Amino acid sequence: MRRFSLISIPYLWLLALFLVPFIIVLKISLSDSALAIPPYTPTLDFSEGWAGIKAFWSELDMENFVFLTEDDLYWKAYLSSLNIAIVSTILTLLVGFPIAYAMARAPEEWRPTLLMLIILPFWTSFLIRVYSWMGILSQEGYLNQLLLSLGIISEPLVILNTNTAVYIGIVYTYLPFMILPIYAALEKLDGSLLEAAEDLGCSRTSAFWLVTVPLSKQGIIAGSFLVFIPTLGEFVIPSLLGGSKTLMIGKVLWEEFFSNRDWPVASAVAIILLLILVIPIILFQRNEQKQREAEG
Amino acid sequence: MRRFTWFNATSITLGFAFLYMPMIILVIYSFNASKLVTVWAGFSTKWYGELLQDSAFLDAVWVTVKVAVMSSSLATILGTMAAYVMVRSGRFAGRTLFSGMIYAPLVMPEVITGLSLLLLFIGIGMDRGVFTIVLAHTTFAMCYVSVVVSSRLVSFDQSLEEAALDLGCSPWQAFRLVTLPIIAPAVISGWLLAFTLSLDDLVIASFTAGPSATTLPMKIWSSVRLGVSPKINALSTLMIAVVTIGVITASLISKRNAVRQKREEQAAARSA
Repeated sequence: MRRFSLISIPYLWLLALFLVPFIIVLKISLSDSALAIPPYTPTLDFSEGWAGIKAFWSELDMENFVFLTEDDLYWKAYLSSLNIAIVSTILTLLVGFPIAYAMARAPEEWRPTLLMLIILPFWTSFLIRVYSWMGILSQEGYLNQLLLSLGIISEPLVILNTNTAVYIGIVYTYLPFMILPIYAALEKLDGSLLEAAEDLGCSRTSAFWLVTVPLSKQGIIAGSFLVFIPTLGEFVIPSLLGGSKTLMIGKVLWEEFFSNRDWPVASAVAIILLLILVIPIILFQRNEQKQREAEG
Repeated sequence: MRRFTWFNATSITLGFAFLYMPMIILVIYSFNASKLVTVWAGFSTKWYGELLQDSAFLDAVWVTVKVAVMSSSLATILGTMAAYVMVRSGRFAGRTLFSGMIYAPLVMPEVITGLSLLLLFIGIGMDRGVFTIVLAHTTFAMCYVSVVVSSRLVSFDQSLEEAALDLGCSPWQAFRLVTLPIIAPAVISGWLLAFTLSLDDLVIASFTAGPSATTLPMKIWSSVRLGVSPKINALSTLMIAVVTIGVITASLISKRNAVRQKREEQAAARSA
């Protein structure tokens, strides 16, 4: 009895507030909006018994999904989200790896402090961290002021409201997610393996590529997914730092919902975003499992 | 073999400069007297004064704290229960679905979580406000709590609990007197994580809040969309200060506890 209530309380909570809402999204994505507000047709009418359920089923259609494929705004938004997510994951890796590498080589007594300094930004508001770049990157912002006063540029650079600003914002906010797993992998790396490689005639560079990188592969993969997955549905960064031309699916969904009030289309956009996310999530899970097996 | 080279030192320095520079600039310019945010015109604390007089901001702070305390506490209870179920309950019907529902919210894009919950609240005709934000935040935060707590539960020696039961404890007493003190650090960090997630959330709150409730991130959002504002700089500085003090205090406390534990262990080893 006790066990039953222990299981059922969190179970029911998640059913009611996670699974049911999700089914509602699925259902609405297959419905037509009657007047752009609920109720959507069809509504499920149990009072008519089987006939009602049958009528409900027959009226659900893929119309919203067909609409998504016809309007190239959505295609472009999905492709450009994928593009932005891939490019910024690579950039984050390029910035994060040397930092993680240096942290793993730092004297042991520094490491806890370095780790704390990497984690500290996690606890500060995400919104504020993105916002802080608006003042730096704007036309009359600090970066342009600095470069102009140093005489490096003669015209202010246009960075804010472009994709470049979005990349900077993503690298900045997601950097800890990349550094931590790579650091964890590199810290475990046995230094004698590198010594052995060098004794056997590897140059330091080739020892790095042939020993260090393969042995930190799992950290690199984990970090890349931890950046890629949330970036794909990102809303705050493209809205604050990106321009009107920056298309990202999270932003499209938000606008579809709040500005156009087209809920069936917003729901269809959400379902497709999830379908796209399923593949990287499964790959990520598999990588984690492999790591656990390797350790266990 | 692990040489700390010049290249390493440079990467660390540049990396940390990149991570901290924007926030340092924000803090410095929050004391700027000029209304033009990017032009320095002398030291002033007037934006802090204006911020503290803005009742809309203060209301938003109050709503946010209320939501965060309620949702993180609920999430800690539910998440700890869920962790217990995952680690201890063995097989039961629907276990796969249960673990799926625990892990899915961790990778679910916020826009989708927000959208689906809003459609639920509208579907059942629930008035939106503080209560619906609490429900939404509890739901996604409990998953984080359960991950944190279950990692601690896995490494915990179950025979201690069995011993308590053999010695006549009721299951609840065994949990309260044996298990809970041992998993307490994980429960506390789960609560803190849930609390911060709730404080920080813009997207889910925007979907699930009705017109009657505005959280601080929503308030910040509506003013920063128009550009940089000195008042937001002042607010950011206050938030950064609170977080920094909190994290430093927490790490000092945990360091002190670690030292004390070590000393006690050494004392125990000596007396044995």
